[in-house]
Amino acid sequence: MTATAARTETRTMTMVAAINDALDIALQQDDAVHIFGEDVGVMGGVFRATDGLQARYGAERVFDTPLAEAAIVGMGIGMGLAGLKPVAEIQFAGFLYPALDQVLSHLGRYRHRTRSRYHLPMVVRAPYGGGVHTPEQHADSPEAILAHTPGIKVVIPSTPADAKGLLLSAINDPDPVFFFEAIKLYRSVKEDVPVGDYRVPLGKARIVTVGDDVTVICYGGMVEVAQKAAAAAKTAGIGVEVIDLRTLVPLDTDTILASVQKTGRVVVVTEAPRTGGFHSEISATIAEEAIEFLRAPIIRVTGFDAPYPPFTAIEDVYRPNAVRVARAIKAAMGY
Amino acid sequence: MFQLIAPDGTVTGAGELPDPETRLRLYHQMRRARHFDERGWVLYRQGRLGVFPPFGGMEASQVGTAAALSADDWLFPTYRDTGAALTLGLPIARTLAYWRTSPHGWSMPENLKVLPFYIPIATQYPHAVGAALAEKRKGTKNVAMAYIGDGGSSEGDFHEALNFAGALDAPCVFILQNNGWAISVPTRTQTKATNLSRRAEGYGIPGVRVDGNDVLATYHVTREAVERARRGEGPTLIETVTYRVKPHTVADDPSRYRTDADNEGWDAKDPVLRLKAHLMNEGLMTEDSEAALLKEVADEFEAALQEADAYPDPQPAEILDHVFAEPTPQLRRQREQILSEENA
Repeated sequence: MTATAARTETRTMTMVAAINDALDIALQQDDAVHIFGEDVGVMGGVFRATDGLQARYGAERVFDTPLAEAAIVGMGIGMGLAGLKPVAEIQFAGFLYPALDQVLSHLGRYRHRTRSRYHLPMVVRAPYGGGVHTPEQHADSPEAILAHTPGIKVVIPSTPADAKGLLLSAINDPDPVFFFEAIKLYRSVKEDVPVGDYRVPLGKARIVTVGDDVTVICYGGMVEVAQKAAAAAKTAGIGVEVIDLRTLVPLDTDTILASVQKTGRVVVVTEAPRTGGFHSEISATIAEEAIEFLRAPIIRVTGFDAPYPPFTAIEDVYRPNAVRVARAIKAAMGY
Repeated sequence: MFQLIAPDGTVTGAGELPDPETRLRLYHQMRRARHFDERGWVLYRQGRLGVFPPFGGMEASQVGTAAALSADDWLFPTYRDTGAALTLGLPIARTLAYWRTSPHGWSMPENLKVLPFYIPIATQYPHAVGAALAEKRKGTKNVAMAYIGDGGSSEGDFHEALNFAGALDAPCVFILQNNGWAISVPTRTQTKATNLSRRAEGYGIPGVRVDGNDVLATYHVTREAVERARRGEGPTLIETVTYRVKPHTVADDPSRYRTDADNEGWDAKDPVLRLKAHLMNEGLMTEDSEAALLKEVADEFEAALQEADAYPDPQPAEILDHVFAEPTPQLRRQREQILSEENA
């Protein structure tokens, strides 16, 4: 079943409930699926994404590991080599760093280094991003590091239905997928989500709002910010086309370029640091493929080249909000 | 330190010896490994092999441990463990191709669970835990074995893996080949610990220290560890005490960092000559039967070399193969770029 297929029964869910539902379905569908990480078993995860799964599927398939991220990812790699479908949880994206050797040295390379004798159908889930006043190191957005690593797919949903459909696609994908879940969206949004096995294909962007004047490209936690800015622009008579990438790898350049050719103005929004972020890759792709359509410079609205601030009172200065995005839309229009 | 035969080939009586047939098989495997190592040097100088990490002098440590595995078990070798991979059954031609950096060496055989030699240090240890755990979940009796050096045992992955394997009761055998050197750094600089097998205690698992130049001893203790793992009794750490007689790689000059005094006495502990002396003492081998064995080993190698020489060179676009099951649009465009530049 795909996103375009006829939707029958739905249930209203938060994003974290939709993720839990997807994991439940994956465990039910395939005995090879195993879920593991810190606090995912008895407790059901710090955000409750794995709530109830150990009780339903047993402590062999949903299990707590010792506290060591490199070994969580490394062990998952070994499980994948041996034919299981490991779904690892890293408690926060900012805690991924001890495991980066395993990720950069092995996760994306295994199919290549064995000429497909082995492949790794592994998923690593991690909550990411800011906006909810988490402690230091809990709000990082390291997706560009993963997107820059060959052989790894990167998926970042922005709605409950997409979270479910993309996660089921990720678990069923033969290659490693990093699945980043915006903490801000876990419980703040509810929508109708298809019941049962529901898939959203990887590599297909979603056009959130249609418009003719400016294209705003974003993903994950920035989609709702872009939507707010687009709604404000609409009252001023500016038509904004918001594109939710959904997946950074594979990247749906066709949808991006078609929109840019139509509008000629681009704003790219992420909450990651500015230098070398994935927003830069999107900007370069547009400059390379569609510069003759541009009527204004490509504008990036991003975090800053400083660590994500642990200062609650001024966190919003770092993380782009609707005001900053609206300002960029206005600048693109006024160029 | 467990030992079954002394450096002069006499039996210590510390334990039961494997049957004569097994002892001869271990000698054959050590000779195959040594021949590869010696011919590897020559081929490198002739420009017929890439940079290659020699392992001559460590044959007992590699052959004795790998010989304790069955064909259904997993082997996670480091770059210095060519001898272990050959022993499990990695074909010589494919192994040569690997060290020639030919794709034919990277596509591991379908009938073996051997992984390409690991370049990053210690990362293979957690992989072995995962493969072992997967076998346990699937209800098989298969085990996973991973190698590491004394230097690698300083890495966090080594410690995380031992702890995971213990906590999860994974059927793993961890081989720590203590060969005295991490490139130029001696073990005494690497760590204050003098008995690396005792690290197992910290993780609640058995640790064994064995004479790494006594192939009968390495085989004996590894087989016990493999059987323990198969019975569901969890992982073991085995320290094989050996020596890196050779340089770090064929491109390395050890005279910059170690002296003859460092190497003193290790030639007399040679693992291949030790078993030879034992087999001769026991009347299990004669000069004639050994000559026949050596000829068989050399013939097998030369035939494999011819096979490896016949492998075609890779095509430029092959660098983009096997990134994903299905290439992304980006990879398809990059392939077109390579092909168009080729034909320009």
